[in-house]
Amino acid sequence: MKNVQKAIERHLNILEFTLASLLRRKAKNLSLLAMYLLVVFMLASLQFFVTALKREAAIILDDAPDMVVQRLMAGRQDLVPGSYASEIALIKGVTAVRPRLWGYYYDALNGANYTIMASDDPTAVAERASIGSGIARSRNLAVGDLLPLISYDKNPIMLEIGTIFPSGSDLIAADLIMITPEDFHKLFNFPSGQATDLAVTVHNPKELPTVAAKVASQLPDSRPILKSEIMRTYQSIFDWRGGMTLVILTTSLLSFIIFAWDKATGLSAEERKEIGILKSIGWETSDVLLLKLWEGTVISLTAFLLGVVLAYWHVFFLSAPLFAQALKGWSVIYPRFQLIPVVDAYQLTILFFLTVVPYTTATVIPCWRAATIDPDAAMRY
Amino acid sequence: MRRSLQFLLFTAVSLVMFLLLPLHASYVRLHSVDESRSLRSLHVTDLCLATEARYTRHPAMADRHAPFQEHPMALEHFPTGSLILPNLPER
Repeated sequence: MKNVQKAIERHLNILEFTLASLLRRKAKNLSLLAMYLLVVFMLASLQFFVTALKREAAIILDDAPDMVVQRLMAGRQDLVPGSYASEIALIKGVTAVRPRLWGYYYDALNGANYTIMASDDPTAVAERASIGSGIARSRNLAVGDLLPLISYDKNPIMLEIGTIFPSGSDLIAADLIMITPEDFHKLFNFPSGQATDLAVTVHNPKELPTVAAKVASQLPDSRPILKSEIMRTYQSIFDWRGGMTLVILTTSLLSFIIFAWDKATGLSAEERKEIGILKSIGWETSDVLLLKLWEGTVISLTAFLLGVVLAYWHVFFLSAPLFAQALKGWSVIYPRFQLIPVVDAYQLTILFFLTVVPYTTATVIPCWRAATIDPDAAMRY
Repeated sequence: MRRSLQFLLFTAVSLVMFLLLPLHASYVRLHSVDESRSLRSLHVTDLCLATEARYTRHPAMADRHAPFQEHPMALEHFPTGSLILPNLPER
């Protein structure tokens, strides 16, 4: 019991000295802590953001059609004739074919692109629209207001706002306008009997590749897109090799390598002198190493814990403004990333071993080299 | 109070906050209202991450040549085009 108390007292004393030593070089160590915290914050924010988006994508895309069939004309997507739907419906294994009407509308008033979709709802009322909260924010609209759109034959269409989708559904509908099929035809001067694409339901998912092959062979100008391909697109966006992730990961890891490299390659003359003095007044090599271990731990553990907590706050309380800026690009309408929090313990453990452990080791190694030489030589260095 | 004890106290508080994160996450997951549930019937194929270009608004529906189809010498020029990659064929 006495030994444990003595050991605790020894650690507390060394920690006391460590803190005093760190505070002596306050500006240097505080800036180091701030930079370290920023790196952990960026990496943890990215991890929280991507994990939460992956979860949202998995939930939302679970309801995606089993297969979407597009038609290509001269390498571009073209309208699908109604006859394609009836032909696909005859393929064995296909349970339903739903022609979808959707497109893009550029609003010259605010420079925004809207996604316009025709509703399947038979109770939908003509010239009444349901709009995403992104559009409502951008155009300052409320339920009951009128949203004027110009049709492709240059006639104004006044849409009354029936519903504004809640901002919690921004990841689906921030830029969405739902109207009746009749209004859709009127707005885009869309030919009747045609569709933008076809949503195909197949009873047995194992038959999907066979059905897709049959569609491609019977309708050579068609392009079937399977649900698995849709999922894969989003996996690749949120994958660590994906553009967004790779940019942040590379810059953060490079800055971290620079930190660790700076620490591992040597001590400043002042630090060597300090070690020499400590040894000459009777400190053991193990005490010096413990001092440096504490020094590394104080910086890295503080940066890690605060960095992760701040990252959680940034992503789940502030809706990730740093990443939202990157995804905004030139968009006028953008979603609010109100994500449901997900904490992946495995990835946080990796982050811990990637940041705290190498830094602490990198702090101790040069000190071990300095602490094992003669104090006189260390002070003269 | 000794400086070392102050630091340990600060670290303990940070550690408690850190350990509370998974608890907070599961609490929010359990009690959150899924506002997008009603929109699931739309069977959407894409998430609304960026709206500036059609191939970043609906990357799953666009092909990999879409960014270069505006005219024969077009270069991909939308900022999100560098962040949201097109659907690559399975190898």
